[in-house]
Amino acid sequence: MRDSIVRLDKAAKAFATPEGQTVTALDAIDLDVSRNEFLTLLGPSGCGKTTLLQAISGFVQLDGGRILIDGEDMTDRPPYRRPVNTVFQNYALFPHMTVGENTGYALEVAGVVKAERTKRVGDALRMVGLEGMEGRKPRQLSGGQQQRVALARAIIARPKLLLLDEPLSALDKNLRQSMQIELKTLQHELGISFIFVTHDQQEALTMSDRVAVLSGGRIQQLDTPRAIYDQPKNSFVATFVGASNLFEGEAGSGQLVTRDGLSISHGRQGATGAATALIRPEQFFIAQADDSTPSLDVDLEQIVFVGSTFELFGRTATGRRVIAEIPAMRRSLVGEIEQTRRARLAYDPAAVHLLPAEAA
Amino acid sequence: MTSIAFRRRAQLAVLLGPVSLFLAVFFLGPLAIMIVTSFLSPGLYGGVEWTWYPHNYGRILGFADPMFEDFDPIYIAIFLRSLKIAAMTVLATLLVCYPAAFCISRLSDRWKNFCLFLITLPFFTSLIVRLFVWVLILRPTGLANEVLIGTGIVSRPLDLIYTDGAIILGMVYVFIPFMFMPVYASVEKLDWTLVRASLDLGAGPIRTFLRIILPLTAPGIAGGAVIVFIPALGNFVVPAILGGAKVMMLGNLIEQQFLAARNWPFGSALAMMVMTVMLVLLFIHVVVSGRRGFDPATGH
Ligand SMILES: Nc1ncnc2c1ncn2[C@@H]1O[C@H](COP(=O)(O)OP(=O)(O)O)[C@@H](O)[C@H]1O
Ligand SMILES: [Mg+2]
Repeated sequence: MRDSIVRLDKAAKAFATPEGQTVTALDAIDLDVSRNEFLTLLGPSGCGKTTLLQAISGFVQLDGGRILIDGEDMTDRPPYRRPVNTVFQNYALFPHMTVGENTGYALEVAGVVKAERTKRVGDALRMVGLEGMEGRKPRQLSGGQQQRVALARAIIARPKLLLLDEPLSALDKNLRQSMQIELKTLQHELGISFIFVTHDQQEALTMSDRVAVLSGGRIQQLDTPRAIYDQPKNSFVATFVGASNLFEGEAGSGQLVTRDGLSISHGRQGATGAATALIRPEQFFIAQADDSTPSLDVDLEQIVFVGSTFELFGRTATGRRVIAEIPAMRRSLVGEIEQTRRARLAYDPAAVHLLPAEAA
Repeated sequence: MTSIAFRRRAQLAVLLGPVSLFLAVFFLGPLAIMIVTSFLSPGLYGGVEWTWYPHNYGRILGFADPMFEDFDPIYIAIFLRSLKIAAMTVLATLLVCYPAAFCISRLSDRWKNFCLFLITLPFFTSLIVRLFVWVLILRPTGLANEVLIGTGIVSRPLDLIYTDGAIILGMVYVFIPFMFMPVYASVEKLDWTLVRASLDLGAGPIRTFLRIILPLTAPGIAGGAVIVFIPALGNFVVPAILGGAKVMMLGNLIEQQFLAARNWPFGSALAMMVMTVMLVLLFIHVVVSGRRGFDPATGH
């Protein structure tokens, strides 16, 4: 049994909109985060990610349910008495204080003496690669540096849990990628649990031990990044994480037939009833016309070169859209189909994932 | 000099010319007249005599003037009382406006605009009329006393009007909008995620107020304090109406010297002194907020 650091027990929160309706931001959420875990909350804008973080940090009062941090009930504790710190999206550095004062704020508040504070501020800043910057004001730093100060400030008091609300979304792509790796390394070194919020699925898959996919105030799936990607539990998860081709139909043993008459092979013997087959674009490969592996014939509408791969946008004879991704090293094959504008997209039935049918 | 730079300057001169001329004629001119007058001796029936007479300033400080009286600190007393009343006015308006600014800044836009409108509403009626309403309320047979007697809280009318308290009340009433606007501007600008960050890092509400909210709204408080203090110090309408003959402030003293006592040089000296105090205050304010201006952190 894993050691739990945060437990949400049927945490519920609804907001009233100005139009007089209510929005369910958290719909009886159960969540268990282990010690030293990197958990990511992934979901579209408005799905309740920030609300969930704020419920843990104490800025949102729950309508129902409980929150335990390290075994202690925190449901009614104010934010300043919870052993949790937050890295805010816009950094929220105190503009009237220096980098050193910002970083040492939690220690100052806790009454740590000046000498020790100075030392620990130096350590924390070194950890995020900003040594010697104590005397600067936040405005004199770049966005990436401000982000690091916010990080140093949040970890200096060694919280039991660090919450990060889309901390990288304001950074440009290269910086974001290097920060992703740094964050992951830092989390490992510190041994603090991280709950990281993002709407970027790539980021979620890259960094996390586990990912919770949220939609409509509910956790749709909580799993390792691979399980989320390879075995999504429903079509929302399948389409939100990664690109996907979904085929709804009647499943039989080894075969699924869609309403428009397509037949998709899959590896699951003994499957029956309504189901949806998922084929990721990169599972397709280009087959020869006389090949006997299961495949789909498509007319190609567009072929897009994105560097490492070609993206093929095609349509089946019945007008269904199909996306395929072909490694760029196969460019001779691609040259061929560029001429004919037709392709036979083959796939391995064992890699086809079957989703249960959903109530519409 | 490039022709563009030259055109810029020419434009600037054309734009600033009228203002500069106006200030020179209607501000610097009278100021020069006052400075000169303050070093002359008073004429017997008003006006001035063109003889060098440095005692006007000494007299303010209470030093004996052979032509008038012995050492008499009355003017210092009036000066100190004016400082006190102006300071109390600043404090009282701040105590009203600071919390109000927080409340109003959190309202929806519609209510916000409505409240701001209410605050500017007094400017639409005459100050004198509004102050006389306070006379009606505060006088021995006025509304306040009637209510107090009617409810049995007191048996005889209280001395409400013609006191320091009445003046401060009137001053607060007059100057609240002046304090409110700068204070509100800084409160409105306050970034509440900073407050959250402070609470998140373990600081309780009081410490968060002292360490985050107060320093970040300090420019508005300082601005409001200067904007209220300076006119309050020289104000003569409020003490004239609500202070009666009993409570005198610098403004009334100066007015009296020019009109009743007809001692223009002494009145000029007093006015110069008030202006010096104000200039010093303004200078301090500009230097302090100017230093902050160089600080990239606050963005001013
Ligand atoms: N203070 C609030 N008042 C009213 N509605 C809110 C409030 N905070 C969040 N909501 C609503 O709750 C839902 C979830 O919001 P949020 O947690 O901020 O989503 P996310 O961070 O995933 O984008 C949204 O529909 C949002 O409009
Ligand atoms: Mg959010």
